[in-house]
Parts: sequence; C-alpha cells; structure tokens
Amino acid sequence: MKRCLIVDDSRVVRKVARRIVEDLRFDADEAADGQQALDTCRKEMPDAVLLDWNMPVMNGLDFLRALRREPGGDRPVVVFCTTENDMSHIAEAIRSGANEYIMKPFDSEIVESKFSEVGLV
Amino acid sequence: MNGQDFDFVADLLKKRAGIVLTADKTYLLESRLAPLARKEGLPSIDDLIEVVRTRREERLVAQLVDVMTASETYFFRDRTPFVHLREAVLPALAEVRRGGRIRIWCAACSTGQEAYSIAMMLDQNPSLTDGVPVEIVATDISDRSLEKARAGLYSQFEVQRGLPIQMLMNYFTQQDDHWRISERLRGNVAFRKQNLIEPFTQLGKFDVVLCRNVLVNFDHSTKADVLNRIAEQMAPGGYLMLGAPETVVGVSTAFEASLERRGLYRTPQKAVKAA
Repeated sequence: MKRCLIVDDSRVVRKVARRIVEDLRFDADEAADGQQALDTCRKEMPDAVLLDWNMPVMNGLDFLRALRREPGGDRPVVVFCTTENDMSHIAEAIRSGANEYIMKPFDSEIVESKFSEVGLV
Repeated sequence: MNGQDFDFVADLLKKRAGIVLTADKTYLLESRLAPLARKEGLPSIDDLIEVVRTRREERLVAQLVDVMTASETYFFRDRTPFVHLREAVLPALAEVRRGGRIRIWCAACSTGQEAYSIAMMLDQNPSLTDGVPVEIVATDISDRSLEKARAGLYSQFEVQRGLPIQMLMNYFTQQDDHWRISERLRGNVAFRKQNLIEPFTQLGKFDVVLCRNVLVNFDHSTKADVLNRIAEQMAPGGYLMLGAPETVVGVSTAFEASLERRGLYRTPQKAVKAA
C-alpha cells in the first residue's frame, strides 16, 4: 500500500484528509507542521505528501524546499493543499518543487482528481 | 408534484429536447424548477407548471427546457477520449488533412470544459497536428450553459476537477473567486446554439465529433436518429467519441467500433453510395 503524509496544523483538516486518502487506498501518516513532516520523511520517504502552507514552526514551502534537498527527497509526490489561492503562491509552490496544488476548500473529488493528475491513483 | 404535472413536463421535454424523463427523476425536476419558480415570483413549482400550461408563454417554456437540459461537466472528463485524440486521432488527421484543416465538433458541450480541454491540449502540443489548423465548434441547447462557456469563467471548484495545475497557470487568470480562461483560447472555440433533435446540416462536415453523455437522455429511436444524422455530417473515416457508458452498438450501423481503442468509433473510409 502507498503511504501518504498529511501535513496540516488543523486536526480537523487532517482527519478529513485522512479519510479521503484512506478511501483512495493509501496508508496515512500525519504531521502538524513542516518540521514534524521533515522528521517523518527522514525516517521513511512517503509516496505522497498532502501539504498545508501556513503552519507554525516550519511552513509548507520551507518544508518542501528542505524535502527536495534530502537524499531521496525528490521521490515523494507533493500536493499543496492550502487556502492560499492566488497565482503568485501557486507559481512559487510549483517552482519550489510541488507537483500539484489544491485550493481549499477541498473535497474527495478534488483530491482524487489531483492525485490521478500526478499518477498516484 | 402530482403525476399529471410530471407527465406534462416530461411530455414538453420530450417534444422540445428529446429528453426522456423517468419518474425516478422527480427530485431532479423539482430541484431545477424550484429556483425558476422563485425567479418568476411564483410561490411554488405547482404554480409554475400551471402558468406554463395555461399561458404557453414561449419565453417561460424555453427557460424551463433550459434549466432541465443544463448539465454539469469538468475538464478532461473521463480522460480516455483525450488520450485517443492525442495518441491516434489528431496525428492521423494531420496527415490526411495536410494543406487543409481539421474540424472538431463538441456536440452538447454544456459549459465548455470539453472544448477548452481540446483547445488547451492543442496549444500545449502544437506538433500534434503538425501545423494543420484546427477548428473547434461547440454546441449546446442551453442558453445559460453557452453563456457561461463563452465567458470561460469557472469557479475554484470547477478548475480543480480534471485540470492540471500547470494548465491553470498557463491558460487562466484569477477574477475575484473565479478563474477566466484566456481570451486567445476563447477565440479558438466557436460556440453555437444547437438542439440535437433539430437539423444541424448547417454546421458543415467534421473530422471528429464528441457527443458525450447526452444520448443517454434520449429514447432509442431519438438516439438512432441523432447518431445517423451525425454520421452524415462526418467526413469518410471520421472519428466519433461518446460518453463512457454509451455505445453505438445496437443503435446505429453508421459507425465501426475501433478494435484497439475503447469508445472510439469511425465512419467508413469511403462513403457508401445508396444503390
């Protein structure tokens, strides 16, 4: 089974996202900020990362840049999932190595559509 | 809604748009007609139907048909047709139509996502048609859908269904909480009003026809009639694509199913002359 790391400082969002990715047959891990996510990735790289932008300690963009510098950090498919919905944020995320981008609010259809866009489902 | 009212609306939709409304669609009917009744300042759906029945006002009848034929769609819906276009159909047509042009018809285009998906795909891969220009004609029965399609303005939810983020970045600009497709791409699609149960010879001949998820609303003889008339508007060896659950098998003999590609149908290579 593929693994998906859900990174969001909101427990409610993580819970919703977990249910959606589990329905897509992923094993789900959770992290509440970028640093926790990076620690998890250093132990074992997930197949996918669903990534919030604004979080305490380390934000999503800083995590993404750090991840891509890690050994094997180019492998996980990273899908941003954030309320930042303007073109400049989207462009910056893609430039920094994100594979796809979800603008909140999201639902299972959007996650499935975006995951299939990048070959995860 | 009582049975008599339902039958009246069902009959109207059959005559006007070829649509078969079965009793299990009562909920759909009520959910579409309630906003129309409100807009007309009528207290209920029953009153709306009563007004339509007694006054036979064309404006209101047209609006009723419009709200009942509007349908939801999304970018690159079902994917497979676009893979067929990219991998087989367009490269083959580029050879046949060298020096001319390729004509594509999106029949029942709803709010335009299918036509724009093709336009974006072509823009992104100019080598697909090897310089042969492509004309995209997109038609629908619903004025409201066409208006939205022409505006090319989509909600945040709509641009996240089927559309890769890279295409959103390349072809859309943000307008408040909506996204508008570029003027250049809008200029690549000609939107026209067309009811499929009425004659459409004026649209000319096409190399590719996408007629997806609309035949499913028709009865058998209407399906056969529409498919046969589509075949007449197609060049020999033209390509037809239907919705994922739809087929020409058992409905029309004017097409041959592709053996390699599921859901791809072709008109015979040489026009068969009647004896």
